[in-house]
Amino acid sequence: MKVRYFAWMKRTVGLPEEEVTPPAEVKTVGDLVVWLRARSAGHAEALAAGAAFGAAVDQRTASFDAPLADAREVAFFPPFTGG
Amino acid sequence: MTVRVQQGDFDVGAELDGLTRGNRKIRGLAVFVGLVREMHMRDGLHRERIEAMTLEHYPGMTEKALEDIEAEAQRRWPLEATLIVHRHGRLEAGDRIVLVAVGSPHRDAAFEACEFLVDWLKTKAPFWKLEETPSGEKWVEAHEGDDAAAARWAKK
Repeated sequence: MKVRYFAWMKRTVGLPEEEVTPPAEVKTVGDLVVWLRARSAGHAEALAAGAAFGAAVDQRTASFDAPLADAREVAFFPPFTGG
Repeated sequence: MTVRVQQGDFDVGAELDGLTRGNRKIRGLAVFVGLVREMHMRDGLHRERIEAMTLEHYPGMTEKALEDIEAEAQRRWPLEATLIVHRHGRLEAGDRIVLVAVGSPHRDAAFEACEFLVDWLKTKAPFWKLEETPSGEKWVEAHEGDDAAAARWAKK
């Protein structure tokens, strides 16, 4: 699946997106967060337990207990500040 | 029933003309035009002026989120026409950033739905503001007041 990062998370992780193939036991958005943290120091910092960020699965806002199922694209981002 | 995300400016008069043309059921339009405000922020002893920002968004999700918000407004109020135009990219103080227009046979519905759309798009559409300050770029933090404004429209 493709994982995308936005705003400051993109800079902290160090890349805007990446293709990943998580193992079968990664079943939810929250599982994916924990699994991604191990990829680099930037990932660990951006996706840290205390950091304020949200997620989307296939371009719809999703909670951390949402199943990944056949997700093609998962995104992580800070709270929105548009308008 | 239109949602657009674009880099360029928009012409408010032309947009409103297009929205109401040929529709004689509309009693009135409620319109919100958001502008980039010149801001000052205190950083220790320094007072910094922010004159420009870059608005990042999530192409694809942004349009879906705005369409969902628009559809929710249509469910709640009797609306004949809705339009959301949101800009992205680099914007300077004084620039237009967002246009929300709502046409309805009923004045109250137009006002309420317009306010609802503005409140919801601030908290539910994936935009992020990066401000240019004399000491460098800073990501704008979300305001609790925005969440509170959006929460008052929660279904009772």
